Amino acid sequence: MAEAENKNILVEVEDLRMHFPIYKGILRRQVGAVKAVDGLTFDIRRGETLGLVGESGCGKSTTGRAILRLYNPTAGKIKFEGSNIADLNRSDLRKMRPRMQMIFQDPQASLNPRMTVGSIVSEPLDEHGVVSGKQKKARVSELLDAVGLDPSFINRYPHEFSGGQRQRIGIARALALDPEFIVCDEPIAALDVSIQAQVVNLLEDLQGKLGLTYLFISHDLSMVRHIADRVAVMYLGKVMELASVDQLFKNPKHPYTKALLSAVPVPDPKIEAKRERIILKGDVPNPANPPSGCVFSTRCPVAEKKCFDLSPQWRDLGGDRYVACHLADR
Amino acid sequence: MNLGTQTSDPVIEVTDLKTVFHTQDGTVYAVNGLSFQLQPGELLGVVGESGCGKSVTMMSLLKLLPMPPAEIVSGKVLFQGNDLLHTDEEALRKVRGGQIGFIFQDPMTSLNPVFTIGFQIMEPLREHLGLDNNAARARAIELLELVGIPSAGDRLRDFPHQFSGGMRQRVVIAIALACDPKLLIADEPTTALDVTVQAQILEIVRELRQKLGMAIIWITHDLGVVAGIADRVAVMYGGFIVEYAQVSTLFEAPKHPYTIALLETLPGINKDGEHRLMSISGQAPNLVNKPQSCPFAPRCKYAFDRCLGENPMLELRSNDHKVACWWDVEKNEAIDNG
Repeated sequence: MAEAENKNILVEVEDLRMHFPIYKGILRRQVGAVKAVDGLTFDIRRGETLGLVGESGCGKSTTGRAILRLYNPTAGKIKFEGSNIADLNRSDLRKMRPRMQMIFQDPQASLNPRMTVGSIVSEPLDEHGVVSGKQKKARVSELLDAVGLDPSFINRYPHEFSGGQRQRIGIARALALDPEFIVCDEPIAALDVSIQAQVVNLLEDLQGKLGLTYLFISHDLSMVRHIADRVAVMYLGKVMELASVDQLFKNPKHPYTKALLSAVPVPDPKIEAKRERIILKGDVPNPANPPSGCVFSTRCPVAEKKCFDLSPQWRDLGGDRYVACHLADR
Repeated sequence: MNLGTQTSDPVIEVTDLKTVFHTQDGTVYAVNGLSFQLQPGELLGVVGESGCGKSVTMMSLLKLLPMPPAEIVSGKVLFQGNDLLHTDEEALRKVRGGQIGFIFQDPMTSLNPVFTIGFQIMEPLREHLGLDNNAARARAIELLELVGIPSAGDRLRDFPHQFSGGMRQRVVIAIALACDPKLLIADEPTTALDVTVQAQILEIVRELRQKLGMAIIWITHDLGVVAGIADRVAVMYGGFIVEYAQVSTLFEAPKHPYTIALLETLPGINKDGEHRLMSISGQAPNLVNKPQSCPFAPRCKYAFDRCLGENPMLELRSNDHKVACWWDVEKNEAIDNG
């Protein structure tokens, strides 16, 4: 990345690793590790939406949480506006917290059923002592209004709301401290189709208004195509390919990206009837014991001998796209 | 109620099925007079959002709902000359898992964790077909091979937790197919699976349909899946079928405002992401109130006074295309039928 462009980079991830130890036996000796995230390098630019896609268990959510330091990464750097937060201590980290927030998948589980909407949304304001008294109440009303909820709902409880409205409450809470960066972890996966569009539109509106930067984690490729500027495709703890939305969907380079795109059903019977599908064999390998060489080699339809022996480098293909595959330029 | 050109006897014929739940908050009208039929070998896709009554409908067909609170108020389910709703429990047990196979959404909860896969596949073979152990075992291996499980013979002794999600769903499909059912009911069978695994399962279903020629009811909320495998589609909303058509007709020329809106909300993997997503404002209807107006009217941009006073019934609009709506979207005028 050229120096001139560096100014636009908000979050820089360098060789991030997040391994979860496995303990066994009476002595609870460590016998191995689940390599949930195993060497990620990418950056997120100010004001963009970076989509992070992949199948369940590929490490998308772990990546999102590690970037926010909800986990302590095993190795690697996470630079937020140039300063490394991977090894910050608790009190310094706490000062950074207001600037980066998270929206969770399941609004049912991420909202405390015993707290009113007002106290849920104002909790971050209390915790960080930003405002109090009347100002606080005004801020909460403003936030509810911003996410399309009636401010008079302030004394209601989460169970009185529908799924889409609950997700709006979660978004209002994430916005409370005026963050710059929000990790959206499958924010629409638990919602019905007609409600998904409402929430995605809201996220886009807020981004336009407040200049937010999103890491949008999702397994829904068509929604990612709609909302993201660039997309990173993950498989078994590694990023396979990173490119702009257009490039990735129109001209995928990595065999896994190709297979993934061809597996997404298209709501058009004519296209479905003519489509050539790449059906991957087998299942995702165990991340505690990933295959040697390229992690995708066991299921890759075009793998050659070197794919089984040698782990592919994360390569710059030029034109702002990156890929981890030996055979990507053929 | 006959639809267009088919002449052969339907596998199943459902007429005016109504199911309600008696709850503390009042009576919930979950299924409000559904009628549909399936020809041999046909795949009917049933789509709709959560709470629209898709699953309750299919559970009602085989009386799988807990009664009470559920009650099947009226209806007729003709399957091979018998009305399943007036069949005694003993005879129904022979139909369930025998001539009608079931696949549920979550393979982890539909398999019993303490029995081996082999035992669970052989159980219906012994119960329904009266096979002895050896014959059942041979058939079980054959079934596992049919759904693409490698080294099937060795895996009979494995327990469900030793299989991955996709493999488990294959086992569930194998069990559902065990007795050569005439009809297979699949309730969101790929919703819990990843897209690449979903693609594998859909491929298997396509192959099996050609090989075995059974009729399938496929419940899903994913219009993309329906587009890929269904012959006909029923769109459900608020406990009603609001549109019923051949799959190509439904996607090319949808006529119900809800279907149209549903298709518009999809971002689409083949569309460019420039435009703003269309959304359907408002919420899904509360089914506690007895439906007297069109259930979609409060969210419908075409709604006019008749929609709020009178509930439209499913009517044949053109060849093999039925719609429940007072508005003709193509002509942009109210339907004139008195």
